[in-house]
Amino acid sequence: MTEQNNGKPVLLTMKGLRIEGRSDETWSEIVHGIDLTLHKGEVLGLIGESGAGKSTVGLAAMGFTRDGCRISGGEIVFDGIDLMKASEATKRNLRGKRIAYVAQSAAASFNPAHKLMDQYCEAPVQHGVMGRNEAEGDAVDLYRRMQLPDPDNIGFRYPHQVSGGQLQRAMTAMAMACRPDLIIFDEPTTALDVTTQIEVLAAIRNIVEQFDTAAIYITHDLAVVAQMADRIKVLLKGDEVEEADTRSMLSTPKEDYTKSLWAVRSHARAEQPPVAADKTPVVSVKNITAGYGAVDVLMNVNFDIHERRTVAVVGESGSGKSTTARVITGLLPPRQGEILFDGKVLPPDYRRRTRDQLRQAQMIYQMADTALNPKLRIRELIGRPAQMYLGLQGKALTDRIRNLLDLIELEPDDYIDRLPAELSGGQKQRIGIARALAAEPKFIICDEVTSALDQLVAEGILKLLDKLQTEFDLAYMFITHDLATVKAIADEVVVMKEGRVIEQGPKSEMFRPPHDPYTELLLSSVPEMDPDWLTDLLRERESG
Amino acid sequence: MGFLTGLFWFVAVIAACMAAGWLFRTIAIAVTPKGVKKELRTAPLTASFGMMVIIIYIIVAVFAPLIAPFPERMVVGPEYMPWDETHLLGTDNLGRDMLSRLIFGARNTVGIAFATTALAFLIGSILGLLAATVGGWLDQALSRMVDVLMAIPALIFSLLLLTIFGTSVITLIIVIAVIDSTRVFRLARSVALNIVVMDYIEAAKLRGEGLWRLITREILPNAMAPLVAEFGLRFCFVFLAISALSFLGLGLQPPMADWGSMVKENATLIAFGDITPLLPAVAIALLTVSVNFVVDWQLHRASGLKE
Amino acid sequence: MSHIWSMIAKRLALGLLTLFIVSLLIFGATELLPGDFAEEFLGQAATPETVAAIRRELGLDLPMHTRYIEWLTGVLQGDFGNSLSNRRPVIELISTRLGNTLFLALYAAAIAVPLSLMLGILAALFRNSFFDRFSNASALTSISFPEFFVAYILIFWLAGRGGMFPSMASFRGDPSMAEMLYRTFLPALTLTLVVTAHMMRMTRAAIINLLASPYIEMARLKGMKPMRVIVKHALPNALAPIINVIALNLAYLITGVVVVEVVFVFPGLGQLMVDSVAARDMPVVQAVALIFAAAYVLLNLTADVLATLSNPRLVHRR
Repeated sequence: MTEQNNGKPVLLTMKGLRIEGRSDETWSEIVHGIDLTLHKGEVLGLIGESGAGKSTVGLAAMGFTRDGCRISGGEIVFDGIDLMKASEATKRNLRGKRIAYVAQSAAASFNPAHKLMDQYCEAPVQHGVMGRNEAEGDAVDLYRRMQLPDPDNIGFRYPHQVSGGQLQRAMTAMAMACRPDLIIFDEPTTALDVTTQIEVLAAIRNIVEQFDTAAIYITHDLAVVAQMADRIKVLLKGDEVEEADTRSMLSTPKEDYTKSLWAVRSHARAEQPPVAADKTPVVSVKNITAGYGAVDVLMNVNFDIHERRTVAVVGESGSGKSTTARVITGLLPPRQGEILFDGKVLPPDYRRRTRDQLRQAQMIYQMADTALNPKLRIRELIGRPAQMYLGLQGKALTDRIRNLLDLIELEPDDYIDRLPAELSGGQKQRIGIARALAAEPKFIICDEVTSALDQLVAEGILKLLDKLQTEFDLAYMFITHDLATVKAIADEVVVMKEGRVIEQGPKSEMFRPPHDPYTELLLSSVPEMDPDWLTDLLRERESG
Repeated sequence: MGFLTGLFWFVAVIAACMAAGWLFRTIAIAVTPKGVKKELRTAPLTASFGMMVIIIYIIVAVFAPLIAPFPERMVVGPEYMPWDETHLLGTDNLGRDMLSRLIFGARNTVGIAFATTALAFLIGSILGLLAATVGGWLDQALSRMVDVLMAIPALIFSLLLLTIFGTSVITLIIVIAVIDSTRVFRLARSVALNIVVMDYIEAAKLRGEGLWRLITREILPNAMAPLVAEFGLRFCFVFLAISALSFLGLGLQPPMADWGSMVKENATLIAFGDITPLLPAVAIALLTVSVNFVVDWQLHRASGLKE
Repeated sequence: MSHIWSMIAKRLALGLLTLFIVSLLIFGATELLPGDFAEEFLGQAATPETVAAIRRELGLDLPMHTRYIEWLTGVLQGDFGNSLSNRRPVIELISTRLGNTLFLALYAAAIAVPLSLMLGILAALFRNSFFDRFSNASALTSISFPEFFVAYILIFWLAGRGGMFPSMASFRGDPSMAEMLYRTFLPALTLTLVVTAHMMRMTRAAIINLLASPYIEMARLKGMKPMRVIVKHALPNALAPIINVIALNLAYLITGVVVVEVVFVFPGLGQLMVDSVAARDMPVVQAVALIFAAAYVLLNLTADVLATLSNPRLVHRR
């Protein structure tokens, strides 16, 4: 274990922490003996993929477990208080006052029925730290330090009247209300766009430093944790993999698992030769203006997608990238403009398209959970398009299904009769891919297909898509907000903002300046593994 | 009756019921195939007891003529005879055998309530699923119609309709089924609305699937659990509504044996401290409680709530 | 704030429209009467003259829209026509009985609403405790009981030989308030038992539904006491469903009142309606159905408006 205390006293220790979770009436262990030491004023990064138990461990630091979980063994001592033996009242008195919590989704974690200020004042007033008036004044001060707009009045708004990034900062301010010794940050920026994420990260780091608060920073994003933490602990399925201070962890990881996490962003699609100028694109988006009701969400969108090429459509939430996909598939007929397929105009409404036109353009969804009918078996899920479009029956159909399962690297005998619930997230996404392939299309829309997946799994999916593209001469439209994914898979990039195309061109040009200012902001906001990245960037932006 | 004796009987009856439930579950687990076994193990005692009662009712209803000691409508002795060896539960206000009428009542009341619920479900769920899937004007038209029909309280509405159409078994079934189908429509529609926004429905539409397949293969399998639970609850409502109407003298007509009207016909005895007239009411309550216990268990399982 | 008023105005207009359609429906019901209704109604007393008289009484000889307008203007002025069975104006039959029924329903509501809210909150607070399981099982049980069963059990238990309360809730003349409360205690208690269970269960469910939400976890992580978490954090967000549950059950009282009035021989609207249905006395049935339906629509409307006002997202817009 790394002892690096800089002469500061120990604040929190966990020894052999074991936590069990209940499923189907039986208890099974989800955290298998974690040791953790945190000194005053120190920030520890807890990192791992989903199911690593990082949130569970974070909450255990407050002596808290979610419903359906229980601490089954070990020791948790906070500033000399044994949380395993402490009464409920003692723990309640610590929570919010000496240990505070910042949740992943501020929009869901603020009570919609109360104003921000009432929620801010609740902890200090109820814990008897200060009176209501004093707390209100303090709130305004903290709102100002967190660089919230209109700090004097923002507290008198309801949560739904404040944007996501601002709410996240307001929640950090709320956590600070009693000047706690320790704050647990549970993925506080995961739900935010990259450009917003920067502001929140900067504000959090700033305030934690100002008040010399210790923190446990939970995230799955290595680049983020590199900016925030003094030390990093890597978890995998409820076990500790390794722990070291941030710089040595980044430069010289010891364990294979950590190394594989670090290496994840290595996949890059081979550079493709330029497309012949006279070649007809598979899909051509021409002058599309579309919207819901009276509001235009897309304005004059134009781009082409060629055979064996991937066009990545990049943008933050609300940029109109998913709406573009809806227009292409015919779910949302545009107000103006048209979609060409192989040079021929497609009917704007999918209900008017021929079966063959429907077959040629397939879609893979972000949430494999909702994209696969939970009551159908894999045989039917991927067999149906083959049966419908290609008229396959009986043995021919079964052979095709097995063949598709082989293509997506799942063992046919083992998987053909499973239900979606019996698959992991990555496997579900593979079935989504097989379903698209079953139609033998020329063109596939991939809507954020990797953003709900862990990095290693996502990497596998990207590689698979790349392989299939070459094998079947597919054209891909890749919708994503993640620039790392763009780097990995795109041939061409389309940057969208507020329903317009800001910039487009080959990938090699996109990642080289000069850029449109928005593209520049987007590119520079993607966190990098360098622990000094945020500091440098902020200094740069301030001077520039 | 002293309070303590009352309490003793209360506890004793509950304990007996739970013991019966436990026994039933044990036997059921032993004799059923593997898949069912696993489900049954999760059943709490209340639900086991409920299942047992439902099965007994079904047996009694089906084999009523074989089980009942006397025919349904035969006058077998003087009025209001006390319990004795030939007439285990005495006779009613016209001198008919109480036990036999109770047994035939199972057939009439439960049978009619079941038929009514089934009809209500057929109408309500088909229209509800259709409205949610097709959407647009069809959904608007059907929903507004249902809103208006639901703006009149069910019992009042059925009384109004029964005034007009008279009180035969067929009109009773149709009137109650139509009124209840509005509630089923609401539920089926809202369940289906939650399903049609799923990506797999979008995928099916984009694949070019027709309406029939969309409803039967993609939506219905996912709507089954709440619909089945609702069937149980609806059955209780219908059953209680028919009993209430019969009690009011507007449901099943004499001389048909029916639990609701049996209570009404013999109600005078209650004031004299005789509980016989309450037995049909107990029969009603026992069945609805049992169905509710089973539904509660199923809902609990389906929701996957840890609470 | 203006948008909220316009929203409420819209709801009111919609409520009025519903009432209008309901009145059409109730009136139109006469249209569905079989052609030989008058003969059937009169039975052996049917002579051509009496049949014609009944048809005139129901206005079956005039075109439908004229009759509807006449009927509606009459209704709006408090004239519901004459009863077929005893020729007295319907309004006479209704007026005192309406008061009685309202009294009974309010009596029951005054006990049931606070009681069930309190029990529901407690059950949510002590969920999975013995108290919760017990109240849940008894709620399920009492939902499953027919009203008349509950009523007779109470009579059997509290009114039988040497019982404390009268089993008949009829009263003549002008009894004092205390006397009324005493005489109608058993029917009110029956109604209370019937609706309390349901309301309590739904209140508990509405609160527990919210307990898994992140902001409740947040409140607990801020070290708030369990009672405060429920009352301050869960309850305000559960208001809309709870208001709807209350409205639903008050509306249910309207239905329940019919059976309970019959059991206790209580001189209310429900009793009147049952007698009139048996006698197929159309004008009375129409009038009572219209009153019940109007009460029902108004209740739902009120609940709708209150639920809207309880939602900060709708009251304070961006």
